[in-house]
Formats: sequence, structure tokens, C-alpha cells
Amino acid sequence: MIFVTVGAQMSFDRLVGWMDDWAERRDRGDVIAQIGPSDYAPRRLRVVPFMTPPEFRDRLVEAEIVVSHAGMGSIINALELGKPILVVPRHGDLGETRNDHQVATARRFSAEGLVRMADSPQELDRGLETLIREGAEARIAAEAQPELLARMRAFATGPRGSQAP
Amino acid sequence: MTRGASSGRRLRVLAVASGGGHWVQLRRVVPAFAEHDVAYVTINPSYRADVPDARVFIVRDSTRWDKLGMAILGLQMLWILIRVRPHVVVSTGAAPGCLAIVLGRLFGARTIWLDSIANVEEVSMSGRLVRRFAGLWLTQWPHLASEAGPEYAGRVF
Repeated sequence: MIFVTVGAQMSFDRLVGWMDDWAERRDRGDVIAQIGPSDYAPRRLRVVPFMTPPEFRDRLVEAEIVVSHAGMGSIINALELGKPILVVPRHGDLGETRNDHQVATARRFSAEGLVRMADSPQELDRGLETLIREGAEARIAAEAQPELLARMRAFATGPRGSQAP
Repeated sequence: MTRGASSGRRLRVLAVASGGGHWVQLRRVVPAFAEHDVAYVTINPSYRADVPDARVFIVRDSTRWDKLGMAILGLQMLWILIRVRPHVVVSTGAAPGCLAIVLGRLFGARTIWLDSIANVEEVSMSGRLVRRFAGLWLTQWPHLASEAGPEYAGRVF
């Protein structure tokens, strides 16, 4: 099963449409998409607007591949499970989010080898092909980096006065 | 102002985040306070399932352009702070966290702002707004850290 998710805040019909086309072309009936507040009428996808965290988690666990907007919730959840993830960034100038921060995020994490990025239907097609062939690239630990946790703990419990910047 | 704590004492920690990635990142840093009492503030009741044993307060989400929304959120946050009286307020954003940091500081709590890892090119607007109120002001990108700016101490992954 391929799981597509765009988060709960805004629709992202450009990605949903690309995936619908892809599923139709590849004749895949096992593509499930969480599409947010959208009235997109799917041809081949199985769509659901929202999911609770446990439902979302279950879908991720079942998924062979995750295709997502470049939102950190989706990326982190997929990486925690070691799922191969392909991200398509929302674009500010298309009104898909308020600015292009998803483009910057997607570039960074694809450069680090944590995700694969696609910014066109052609790239999406190629990316999916590679992921289907090669599988997962990365998995992350269950919590933040130990240095970050240690810094926060030290700040919270340290002596009085250590809080002044 | 600080009602800070000597080590060994159990602290009341208020962990605040709106939805999506903010909430997911918050959960990844809460293990820093494993020996303390953590209560959460977020915007979606379905997130209770993620932290079944913790006290969770639900507030209205808002943006800084929605004045009425921010006023309601401010009152909700004030009420939560009065009830919890946290020693520490930690947030990963966005609007609810921003208010929690500002009000938490006024209540004498130690305040930690962790700017979202999604902010690769610059610190978020919320992050810049809370700067004066965050005792520990963190970015997750070393290239955004500076002497006068936010500190880098690691990432949520």
C-alpha cells in the first residue's frame, strides 16, 4: 500500500492529483490518501480528509511507501518507522502555504539523504520508481538528539540565575 | 523572578505546541523532563491518544492576524498557567506556544523556545516575537545560531 498525506491544515490538491494520475497509469488500487480540507474527486485513489493520530499511525505502519507534503509531522512520523518517504513541497506562490519554507526543508532533508524530493510529476514518477525498487533509506531514533535533551534539562534544573540570556 | 529549582526536586513542566509538526517535535523533547510532571497544551483533542497518562489542556488555535482568536487563546493560557503554576514552560510553536512563553515568563517560570526544524532559512516570526521572553532560545540549525541570536544545541532528529 502507498500512503499519501498532506496534513490537516490545508488541502494540497496538486500532489493529490499527481498521485491520482500515477495510480491510474500504474493501475494501482492500493493508494490511500489523506487529503485534508479538500473536495477533490478521486478517480483511483481511496481518499479520507482527516485521521486521528492512531489511525494515521496504523496507515503509516501498513505503508510500503509514504508520499507526503514537506510537513515535519509527516516526515518525522515516517522516519520514526523507517518508511521510505517521498516529499513534494508546498509552494507559497501557488497559495499552498504562506511561504516557501517547505521547499527549503525538502531540499535540506533530501541533501541529508533522509527523504527523496519531487517537484514535478516526472520527478514524482522517477522517485516512486526508485523507492519501490530500493526501499527505506533511513530511520531515526525515538527522541531528540541527546545533546538537545541535556541542554534543556540543564536549563530547567540548573542553579537560579542561569536563565538570563 | 525565577521560581527555578534545585536538582532533585520534581518540577511542574508545561509543554505547549499547536498541531502537526509542532506537536510531533514537542513530544520528541519531552523526554528531557522524564523525572518531572509534564502537562500538555495543544489544539486537537485527538492528540490525547499520544500522551494517554498526561494531563492535556486543549486551547483554540489562532494566528497573530486573528485578534479575537489571540485574545481568547490568551485568556485560556492565563487560566492554564494559574491552574498548573509551572516551573518550566517549553514550546515548539506556534501561536499557543508563543503566548505560553510570554505569559509563563511573567509568571516566573523558566521558559524554553525551540524553533521548529522546518525553519531552515530563518527563525520563525513566533520565534522572533518570544525572543525577549525565552530564557533559553533555541534554533535547530547551526547556521542560524549566533552570539546575539538563538543558540544551537541539537535537533529533534
